[in-house]
Amino acid sequence: MFEFIQRFFGKPTSSATAKERLRLVLLSDHLSLAPDVVEALKHDLIEVISRYVDVDASNCDVTFEQREKQVAMLANIPILGMRARPKPPAPPPPSPPSAQAVTEPTAAAAGGGRKKPVRKRRRKALSTNTAPQAT
Amino acid sequence: MIQREEAPASSAVPRRRGRAIVITSGKGGVGKTTTTANTGAALAATGAKVVLVDADVGLRNLDIVMGLEARVRYHVLDVLEGAATLDDALVTDKRVPALRLLAAAQTREKDDVDTNAFRDLIGSLRERFDYVLIDCPAGIEKGFANAIAGADEAIIVCTPEVSAVRDADRVVGLLGDERSVKLIVNRLRPALVRRGKMLSVDDVNAILRLPLLGVITDAPDVIISTNRGEPVALDAASPVGASYREIAQRIIGTLTTPPVVPHDKSFIEKLFGSRK
Repeated sequence: MFEFIQRFFGKPTSSATAKERLRLVLLSDHLSLAPDVVEALKHDLIEVISRYVDVDASNCDVTFEQREKQVAMLANIPILGMRARPKPPAPPPPSPPSAQAVTEPTAAAAGGGRKKPVRKRRRKALSTNTAPQAT
Repeated sequence: MIQREEAPASSAVPRRRGRAIVITSGKGGVGKTTTTANTGAALAATGAKVVLVDADVGLRNLDIVMGLEARVRYHVLDVLEGAATLDDALVTDKRVPALRLLAAAQTREKDDVDTNAFRDLIGSLRERFDYVLIDCPAGIEKGFANAIAGADEAIIVCTPEVSAVRDADRVVGLLGDERSVKLIVNRLRPALVRRGKMLSVDDVNAILRLPLLGVITDAPDVIISTNRGEPVALDAASPVGASYREIAQRIIGTLTTPPVVPHDKSFIEKLFGSRK
């Protein structure tokens, strides 16, 4: 009954805490990335994207999530506006500034992670899912 | 004495080949040896010819759990080094005549075992037995490499704990894609799960994503039977024994339904009498 009251007041159960700890530890195991590396990745990611569009760097959110058979990287980067590109690598797509700029989730196999033998079913694939926010 | 297991493709005589299954976990103390002993006893009780191989060289325990410690005269390394024949070293179980044990060496080290020689030994055992169960040591070093070398199936034993799941996850990765890997969740306490104080079977398998072979509850029967050196799987009255017998049937293939996860009745269910 005491536990019921605990749950009622929103204190997470110890199994919920265990589940969350497990999720985080496996994430770092699978990616073989230390938290500071994740932070550096986030920094560089924002830097690259801001070469093309104005982003709201203070409200960027980069998280990792265990998907069915891989770890997905989810980046939520609010776009403030388009930036006049100094040298477009290709003819710019005729899209209005408010439209979705980068939407295609691109899956690129990333190596590393578990030492040999690499298991196919859990190979780490970083899929960048950049969901821009309309300004 | 020990022949290479790989018969040439042109071989006209089809060889009998039993199944070699390694019982592993990564983490120590989750119940690999108990699982090996009980699964083996339950398999042999169906009439199948079963041999249990203790691959935990240096920390021999399977003979104790089986209650066969007094009968062990030769061990794995004696066989590998030619000091004893396989027949000399195989110990027949007290209760189930179809069950044999090949004990580990207690005063040697895992590095003394040659991985290829061990693989060949498992290969020759597969020609004589229907099931070769290999009790893997904890860890992921040489002893692990030896234990998995000859096995093409694996059973992961995992308890509902963060550390055990993490290690199991690592071991599943090391086992590779070429082995069939299944899961036994051991030492589940349904009352704690219901109260949110223990990871559930679903929580564990949301991470590991393996076919579930069985769920063993944390019951006093297991401790008592281990004290006596009598596998609980042979105790017809024990519910945990029944779980092991079901695991054996799933391995054989005579039972195809997934395991029923033990469920603790809530206060309300107890009050109104759940019919499930």
